[in-house]
Amino acid sequence: MIRTAVIVFPGSNCDRDMKVAMEAVTGSPVAMVWHGDAEVPACDVMVLPGGFSYGDYLRCGAMAAKSPIMRDVIAKAKAGTPLLGVCNGFQVLLETGLLPGALMRNASLKFICRDVHMTCDNNETFFTNCYRKGEVVTIPIAHHDGNYFASDDDVARLEGDGRVVFRYSDAVGNATPEANPNGSVANIAGISDATGRIVGMMPHPERLFEKALGGTDGRRVFESALFSVTEATT
Amino acid sequence: MKAHIKITLKPGVLDPQGKAIEHALGSLGFNGVDEVRQGKFIEVELAEMDEASARAAVEQMCEKLLANTVIENYAYELVA
Repeated sequence: MIRTAVIVFPGSNCDRDMKVAMEAVTGSPVAMVWHGDAEVPACDVMVLPGGFSYGDYLRCGAMAAKSPIMRDVIAKAKAGTPLLGVCNGFQVLLETGLLPGALMRNASLKFICRDVHMTCDNNETFFTNCYRKGEVVTIPIAHHDGNYFASDDDVARLEGDGRVVFRYSDAVGNATPEANPNGSVANIAGISDATGRIVGMMPHPERLFEKALGGTDGRRVFESALFSVTEATT
Repeated sequence: MKAHIKITLKPGVLDPQGKAIEHALGSLGFNGVDEVRQGKFIEVELAEMDEASARAAVEQMCEKLLANTVIENYAYELVA
């Protein structure tokens, strides 16, 4: 049994896909929690889904980061409840300051929606322990603002601490400029906090979690969460 | 009292939109245009308060919401 809470903002549009993926993999029901609520129900995992929360007003994720529910999400995450942010959820995570950096307009200025390759550079986080370190996986991206930026100091710290979780690469795992879809510094596609319990990523694992969708490389994000919770309670 | 707030990308932060505007200006024949940077302008009407309080309030607004200080700088002026 694993209790998952998916936070739903006005404009979220991957929240139901996230629920379907999480329920299929974990076999446990997922609670959908509205942005205006004051409290997240007791849970083992919290997820900030993709979409266009608050219409991307001001900056992507900026308004959602200040919504009522986020006070409790931030408090629970700081107290140790694992938190995954995907796409717009990653943007929200950065706007809260739980993870460093910012996501800017893609270097091409185009909305990009396609499958991309990436390596899993850290398989010791709560959400990636079912991947192999350095493994190349294919997960779709779908965003206009996924160009990860952080100060040189922050990037050096992320790299030094092994907190880059996913990195855009070619089909054999080289993080080349050509394999960088959006201009992200150091090809960064996803990062974690120091504990590995907070992970933010632009790619959408819920969009490739079963064969009927065309691939299963995203599935292990959810299997990792299940494994992490199960392992902690046995 | 109103606050006129300007939010701009920090120097060194790549601004692809500014670059696109720069190219478009060049193709329209505006030569000698360089380093175009795009930003935001936000106007806020403030309830009656003294200048010091207004400045403190606007700075808090910028720090907490209006600007993302990882990538953006802000500047403002108070106008009657």
